[in-house]
Amino acid sequence: MKLRRYHAAVWDEPLVLEMGAPGRRGVVFGEAEPDIVSVVGDSEALVPDGMLRAAPPVLPELSEPEVLRHYLHLSQETLGMMGVSLFGTCTMKYNPRLATELAERPEIAELHPDQADETLQGVLELVHGLDLILRGVSGMDAFVFQPGGGAHAAYTHAVIARAYHAARGELGERDEVVTTIQAHPCNSATAAAAGFKIVTLPLEENGYPSLAALEAAVSERTASLMVGNPDDMGIYNPEIDKWVEIVHDAGGLCFYDHANFNGVMGKIKARELGFDACMYMLHKTFGAPKGGGGPAVGAYGCTEELARFLPEPVVVRDGDRYRLDRDRPDSVGKVREFWGNVPQLVYAYTWSRAMGAEGIRQAAEISVLANNYMEKRLLAIRGVTKSHPHLTAPRLEMTRYSLEAVERDTGITVFDVQNRMVDFGIDAFWLSHEPWLVPQPFTPEAGEMWSKEDIDEWIDVLAHVVDEAYADPEVVRTAPHNQAIRRLGATDLNDPAQWATTWRAHIRKQRTGAGIADPA
Amino acid sequence: MTAHPYMPNSTPDLERALLDAVGAPDVESLFSQIPAAHRLKGELELPPALVSEAALRRHMVDMLARNADCERNLSFLGGGIWQHHVPAICDEVVRRSEFLTPVWGTPSSDHGRNQAWFEFTSQLAELIGMDFVGLPVYSWGCAAGHAVRMAARLTGRSHVLVPDTISPERLAVIRTYCGAAELPGQIEIEFIGHDAVTGGVDVGDLERRLSARTAAVLFDNPSFLGGIEQRAVQLAALARSHGAETIVGVDPLSLGILAPPCDYGADIVVGSTQPLGVHMSCGGGAGGFIATRDDPRYAREYPTLLLSISETVAGEHGFGMALFEQTSYGSREEGNDWTGNSVYLWAVANAVYLSLMGPEGFAEVGRLIIARSHYAARRLAEIDGVRVVFPEGFFKEFVVDFGGSGKRVAEVNSGLRDRGIFGGKDLSNDFPEFGQSALYCVTEVHTQADLDRLASAVAEVVA
Repeated sequence: MKLRRYHAAVWDEPLVLEMGAPGRRGVVFGEAEPDIVSVVGDSEALVPDGMLRAAPPVLPELSEPEVLRHYLHLSQETLGMMGVSLFGTCTMKYNPRLATELAERPEIAELHPDQADETLQGVLELVHGLDLILRGVSGMDAFVFQPGGGAHAAYTHAVIARAYHAARGELGERDEVVTTIQAHPCNSATAAAAGFKIVTLPLEENGYPSLAALEAAVSERTASLMVGNPDDMGIYNPEIDKWVEIVHDAGGLCFYDHANFNGVMGKIKARELGFDACMYMLHKTFGAPKGGGGPAVGAYGCTEELARFLPEPVVVRDGDRYRLDRDRPDSVGKVREFWGNVPQLVYAYTWSRAMGAEGIRQAAEISVLANNYMEKRLLAIRGVTKSHPHLTAPRLEMTRYSLEAVERDTGITVFDVQNRMVDFGIDAFWLSHEPWLVPQPFTPEAGEMWSKEDIDEWIDVLAHVVDEAYADPEVVRTAPHNQAIRRLGATDLNDPAQWATTWRAHIRKQRTGAGIADPA
Repeated sequence: MTAHPYMPNSTPDLERALLDAVGAPDVESLFSQIPAAHRLKGELELPPALVSEAALRRHMVDMLARNADCERNLSFLGGGIWQHHVPAICDEVVRRSEFLTPVWGTPSSDHGRNQAWFEFTSQLAELIGMDFVGLPVYSWGCAAGHAVRMAARLTGRSHVLVPDTISPERLAVIRTYCGAAELPGQIEIEFIGHDAVTGGVDVGDLERRLSARTAAVLFDNPSFLGGIEQRAVQLAALARSHGAETIVGVDPLSLGILAPPCDYGADIVVGSTQPLGVHMSCGGGAGGFIATRDDPRYAREYPTLLLSISETVAGEHGFGMALFEQTSYGSREEGNDWTGNSVYLWAVANAVYLSLMGPEGFAEVGRLIIARSHYAARRLAEIDGVRVVFPEGFFKEFVVDFGGSGKRVAEVNSGLRDRGIFGGKDLSNDFPEFGQSALYCVTEVHTQADLDRLASAVAEVVA
């Protein structure tokens, strides 16, 4: 194996706030036309007394080419997906650049959401078409795209559960949401933010909570179940249909967090398993880009019974016309302004149409096959183990591993390994959501976009870094060495005297030597 | 079978090679965890695949051609998403694959993106006069919803006062975030009346409604109806005297000419990031921010990720997450609300925009917008049957009442659409007290010729 001689661009790029020269301009608008000035007079006189800005903002003064080159330098100091990124639980995907081009066209970029329906027929058709595609893969009856991410879709479910039980006059008594310790933290966090108490089930021997534990947790107080399946360890709960029955029998709703959909696309449908609602991350599974954290879409789908509670507006088809239905008296209202991150819907529609049913099914198969291939090679590396090793059935699209033995033998942690792998152009792997159930965890996911050569390269780099951990741990402990900057030092970013989320706070704290004392 | 262009391992040879390495007879055997009864019944019913990019592009372009956009038409829609000029290099930077596609990385390997984010928070801080800024949230309404919840936690109170002129769209979001009466933690929303002459918050009414239950007073500046809040200092002082937090929503693009909220006593500032270099995209350009003073009391209530400047072992600037434990990632349901994907790519566009603008860009665009919006208002007010409800003291939006013409807004807008113009947002359902009124938005993209054309078209339509 021959590893790449990668080195990141190092620009020592100053902060933009330190750049520029007085009087330079990056954009010029000009002044109002003389006729306008003659009608309205001086602009500043149009501002009510006391509301005129007294001192200009202390912003850098730069020309256009300087700004462009500055941000190009910063882009080059961003590894992201330029190398191989097998970031588990996030399904790193190919984002069709056809969609980038389409979303930039004025027919998308220059639309206003309050335009008359008759001027929005193209985008409404696209949204409706995507709704139908997601109904096809889930079996649900309606999808909305207003939630701005997966967590926001989980929140949407919690809000719909509120409305559903309130409509039945039971909300006061139904104040609990049941989830599992392996469910993404957003499920419990959003349900709590919506006002529910959280009941979290621990894992048992088979890698998921037992039916007995669920039965003990579910009661007439249960508003909803919120779970994912398979989980982040690649373990599928084969009793999930029985879970749904138990929760339904108690009068609760069942929400399927389909963040980990990639391995089961075209294999199962949330509705056929009995779920009332589900969520897909269009920025993960359906080809929209990650953008470092959005704009994203948590597509929320549900049954006809819950559809009346969906956030409005909902896109509906009337014959060969499309319209935004805003007259929905039982709707929960809104979780975000307008009707969704439309450019991301363009990606998801483009990706889904390029793939088709056969491509989507094949992508799931390739993802699972690639993960099992990885598992074979990764477990051959010294010190790499997997969670629940006694479970021998093949994992789905990801497996949770541990470097506990490496850490014990060498003191090298998963953070050190992340920092060393980036020296070879490999994006940091995902560890695990809180709490860590497996010590020193890491969770790669190959998906369908990475070639066998990419996957082999990733594994070769990890194997090399583990070898280094045993042979020359210092090189790993002090990594990265080939990156835009070295690793962060010992600054305590939880200390009010040291944190600074803005340049002006940083300058002040440097000048005074300390921030405001923390009364806590 | 033809390999799929998005899937490098979709050749039969590679499938066989991977299966052989795994030691599996076929792909199906790898799904043995899923009980047969759970498996899909029948095939997926999806529209036919368009694997050919040429065919797919043709299909998409044909579909999108059925949209009429604000570039080929003259639009005066605003009210939460606004048509502002997006400098070309904002697009050039955010389409870079390095910024378009990354997931998370490390402080070293995604350093450039982290620096761009920090340049967003830092420059926004200069504009709004606050020195603690979180990474962005989904939208202005979501930011306001979180801010209200922060205020409730800060004060231990559960009542928020908002002007009755608040954006219905944002109010719907805030209502959702405020919870349900049957569950614990609900925050009650109460409306403050507005001044009939200025459209601003009625100070006397605020004073009457403030109490020891009030967690926060929230107002927007400019307001949803466009007006500049003239008594902001009094509003914030009244809130403070009752132990309540002052939450101010701002349009950051107004702050080259309007006083920043720190000048009149805001405690928590929220607003939209869309005017700062992000296209409308049918509402997909929405983004929001939360900012406060750099005071641990506030800092510890943020639900957002907080990116702090730091130093590497070699003394370089680097960036890391502050107060991560208080997020839902760190503490699940014990964290502050929740965090997750948001609109981080737009924060890069915002950083580019802020860098281009500089102090003079903001001052200039502020002067230009306020002049053109007032010109448009005066031209429209000259038309028989057309009245500008609050004729003074607005920034880029103003309320136009067509009641005197006997025409409904829907009729006016339909007539304008026939002339290639998208009229203002119809307020007649949400604000019946203004009759047949619409919210018109004028920005730097509208030339005098555009505004004269609007006035002529309105005159024809209402005649």
